[in-house]
Amino acid sequence: MAIWIEEDAKVLVQGITGKQGQFHADKMVEYGTQIVGGCTPGKGGQSVDLQGKAFPVWDSMFEAIEATDADATVIYVPPPFAAEAIMEAADAFDSIKGEGVVVCITEGIPTLDMVKAVAFVENRPGVRLIGPNCPGIITPGDGGGAKIGIMPGHIHAKGRIGIVSKSGTLTYEAVAQTMSIDEGQSTCVGIGGDPVNGTGFIECLAAFEADEQTEAIVMIGEIGGNAEQEAAAWAKEHVTKPIVGFVAGATAPPGKRMGHAGAIISGGKGTAEEKFAAFEAAGIACAKDPSELGAVLLESLKAAGLR
Amino acid sequence: MNIHEYQGKALLKANGVPVLEGVHCTTVEAALAAYDHLGSKVVAVKSQIHAGGRGKGTLYHPESREHVMDGGVKIAFSRDEVNTYASNILGNVLVTIQTGDEGKVVNNLYVEAGCDIAHEYYLAILVDRENKAVLIMASTEGGMDIEHVAETTPEKIHKISVDPNAGLLGYQKRDLALALGLTGAAHKSFGKALSSMYNMFVASDCAMLEINPLVKTADEQIVALDAKVSFDENAEFRHKNWDELRDLSEEEDVEIRAKETGLSYVKLDGNIGCLVNGAGLAMATMDVIKLYGGEPANFLDVGGGANEEQVKTAFSIILEDPNVKGILVNIFGGIMRCDIIARGVIAATEALDLDVPLVVRLAGTNVDEGKAILAASDLNIHPADDLAEGAQRIVELIGGAA
Repeated sequence: MAIWIEEDAKVLVQGITGKQGQFHADKMVEYGTQIVGGCTPGKGGQSVDLQGKAFPVWDSMFEAIEATDADATVIYVPPPFAAEAIMEAADAFDSIKGEGVVVCITEGIPTLDMVKAVAFVENRPGVRLIGPNCPGIITPGDGGGAKIGIMPGHIHAKGRIGIVSKSGTLTYEAVAQTMSIDEGQSTCVGIGGDPVNGTGFIECLAAFEADEQTEAIVMIGEIGGNAEQEAAAWAKEHVTKPIVGFVAGATAPPGKRMGHAGAIISGGKGTAEEKFAAFEAAGIACAKDPSELGAVLLESLKAAGLR
Repeated sequence: MNIHEYQGKALLKANGVPVLEGVHCTTVEAALAAYDHLGSKVVAVKSQIHAGGRGKGTLYHPESREHVMDGGVKIAFSRDEVNTYASNILGNVLVTIQTGDEGKVVNNLYVEAGCDIAHEYYLAILVDRENKAVLIMASTEGGMDIEHVAETTPEKIHKISVDPNAGLLGYQKRDLALALGLTGAAHKSFGKALSSMYNMFVASDCAMLEINPLVKTADEQIVALDAKVSFDENAEFRHKNWDELRDLSEEEDVEIRAKETGLSYVKLDGNIGCLVNGAGLAMATMDVIKLYGGEPANFLDVGGGANEEQVKTAFSIILEDPNVKGILVNIFGGIMRCDIIARGVIAATEALDLDVPLVVRLAGTNVDEGKAILAASDLNIHPADDLAEGAQRIVELIGGAA
């Protein structure tokens, strides 16, 4: 078991005929993800070549899910149309299967579009939204696995560490750190750096806690908002597995947006200091430097009798 | 993206929110003409800059830094006073609690008619990240610092969360009006103004709409006396008029240029330049530099698909800052291949005649090829295997901790 996405999950790609969609779909097939086709309105009936094999394209997500019984979809649709793509996928999964995972990679979606899309998804409790503005989700397998997003597949290996992070490259850094102490990953989830997103830290922690394969968790946050503080307080009450944490942005000046739309200290709130303090208060072992995540994780595993 | 008060008020007016009559001016003559035109005995002469605390700010001469006047927002009771205040404000530097010590040069002025105020309220509309909904906040304590009110008397702040599918509902407006103690004509006027403000917030893709104070006049009308409006930059594609509202003099020139080339750059006060892929890793790189005793000179995210040209642009932007004494490149190659980055780094150092120490940490896709390319060059590039080593190395190379 892993969380939400099994190694053999069937995956659709929305925006598969676009440059980004096609490029990343190809990388996903190369990794071993079971891509079953894609959706681009107006291009139904065409096919897309990935790793030398032809994959079907549908006009609508309803058609695509009916035809493939897909478990998940990944969205590479430009910002003006991305929120609608999320809602189309959520509606189709909910109507046809009552469940499904929607992963949105797109960066730059208007916040008010996301407010609508998130409310739409929340009205369909079987549907899970991951992102937007995220690297995606990956469940490494014994050979290949399910890579749904833009992360470099080859740095991962199947294992027992669950990773959740707001940032892309920092997640890769965390993955490399687990590998440096000979640990693989159960599932890695990039929840994204936007102020309004789908799945949050707490849902990830709850799923990792319930997952048999996961034995320890790495949680990476950044400045802005208070999702990390809430997650830490929740973890203190509900998570028994060791958690290792890092928060980016200790040197970020207040009032300045640091790349991610959500990464901003406003009104003196949402600082890294606050978040580290919340982590520590919840018994989360913190690394002050991401290059130390491996060492801190190893120590936590030893303390828990897992090494 | 922030806009000026006078622009925010024009937008409020266009959306049906009552504002006082006012004129945007850039010269003292125009301010005097505005006074004549308004025909109001009392006018407010207001500095227009993208920062709060204007009323309690101080004006200084831009070169001599001599004190000119206290207060960036003045109430004038005569034409002479308008003349004095406008002359003292325009072209001078206004320092407020939000501008930092350097302050901001005031190029724009708003001359606004006065009104008879019965009570001042606070009202703000924003996106609540935690509840993932639009939030309306109001308080009877208008004209004050709302964070102070939130700390000392939180019970005086009333909040409404708007369901995005239902929109702002009648009972929510009534409840809020009652919580503020508004009755009769003022209650009705408030409901109408609130609807208009909410509609404007959504239609204009605002990130923040803050009216402090929102006032009740002696004749029971609700009027917006201030307007702090900012837009969600992600929605720029559907608002062609934002280009006209943007005041480039309020933004860092170099940050604008970086953005145009697809880079995300924020200037800081330190002396170690950073070039990183990914926002989270870029922040972490700054943090680790500091952890090892250095001071980062900037935040710079080259993005996920940077090419040789962008790497070169990134270097030239970093080097524009005269404080930069060394550069740390930190790339975790995912989609971006380390060999391409290595070639970009070499091309940039050669083209720009780089003369400060450069530490390059590469990891991820094609890392061995990348490292081999750097090693084969005869340029003065110091390799590092991880972020901690890279940060320690660059701090060492620029002569130790700051």
